[in-house]
Amino acid sequence: MNKLVIGLFIVAFSACANKPRPVDVIKFADLDKLIQDNSSDLMVVNFWATWCAPCVKELPQFEKLLTKYENQGLKVVLVSFDFVEQLEKKVIPFVKKKDIKSDVMLLDETDYNSFIDKIDPKWSGAIPATLMLDNRNGNRRFFEKEFKEGELEEAFNNFVH
Amino acid sequence: MKKNILITIGVLSVAMIFFINAKKTTLAVGSVNYEVGDFARDFNLKNIDGKMVSMSGVRDAKGFIVIFTCNTCPFSKMYEERIMELQTKYQPLGFPVMAINPNDKELSSGDSFENMKLRAKEKGFNFPYLYDETQEIASAYGATRTPHVFVLKRASDKYKVAYVGAIDNNHKDASMASKKYVEEAVDNLLSGKDVPTKFTKAIGCTIKWRDA
Repeated sequence: MNKLVIGLFIVAFSACANKPRPVDVIKFADLDKLIQDNSSDLMVVNFWATWCAPCVKELPQFEKLLTKYENQGLKVVLVSFDFVEQLEKKVIPFVKKKDIKSDVMLLDETDYNSFIDKIDPKWSGAIPATLMLDNRNGNRRFFEKEFKEGELEEAFNNFVH
Repeated sequence: MKKNILITIGVLSVAMIFFINAKKTTLAVGSVNYEVGDFARDFNLKNIDGKMVSMSGVRDAKGFIVIFTCNTCPFSKMYEERIMELQTKYQPLGFPVMAINPNDKELSSGDSFENMKLRAKEKGFNFPYLYDETQEIASAYGATRTPHVFVLKRASDKYKVAYVGAIDNNHKDASMASKKYVEEAVDNLLSGKDVPTKFTKAIGCTIKWRDA
């Protein structure tokens, strides 16, 4: 009996330790729900892909932002436009290797024109792009640009204050 | 009298310099975006065969399918076959494809002129693949991503923008696309009709703009 409990404990523990950062595969309806969800005070949604060099370059800034402002109610969501066929081979290994703490989702959609305006009318569709939401006052701000070193936190502070 | 003329010339020159500089600044920030109904400027860009290509040089064209694309973007790669099919179908009808790579080779070495030649050879491109090395044309058109299409209708020596956006509504699988925006636009222009869908958006790789 004891052995069984210990055994289960070990299995459970190792499962936890080896658990890859989950990457949820979502549709636009899920993303829309997520954007509407106001359970966290502040949310930063970044649109990226593993094959997008400027996106990958700016990712550490999002991770730093999360670490610094998480206790002030910030949630960071990285929405990947990688192709779903690449989930196991590319996206999950990338997230593991970089030890990404932000929530990572893969948006598996094809008819882009049907939803880009719903995220922001100013968005032409180029990535990287970032949406900031303040659920305390309903403010939102959209950026179709790559944040150079230090620019993300500055933009975030300008947005929040 | 002579002095007055000199002063006038001086003032005019200063004003002109201001005007030219102001125009340059607007171009640099990319705020000049062609919209449907605008007239697009011609270009004179180097093709992968080393020859310079302009729209005015294609005498018998009724219009052009100008596509900003590149070697490296996954979306561009997914659309290569379809761009070749557009050229096969529409060049004989007077709407040839003009593919333009606007990416800065310092920021994206895979998009250098040499690599354009390699890619075109490997894939057997049947359309002109032009190098916008100064990024002037992409900037003037207001292209933001690859692929980004501008369908132009020729009116004597002018090129009126008739459609801006995506090739179709399924990047992954052409056979699953329920809307073929570019084909629909060109078909309507060929039969003298209005283009029903004039503007669409799509996810694409941001153009690698050289740092100002």
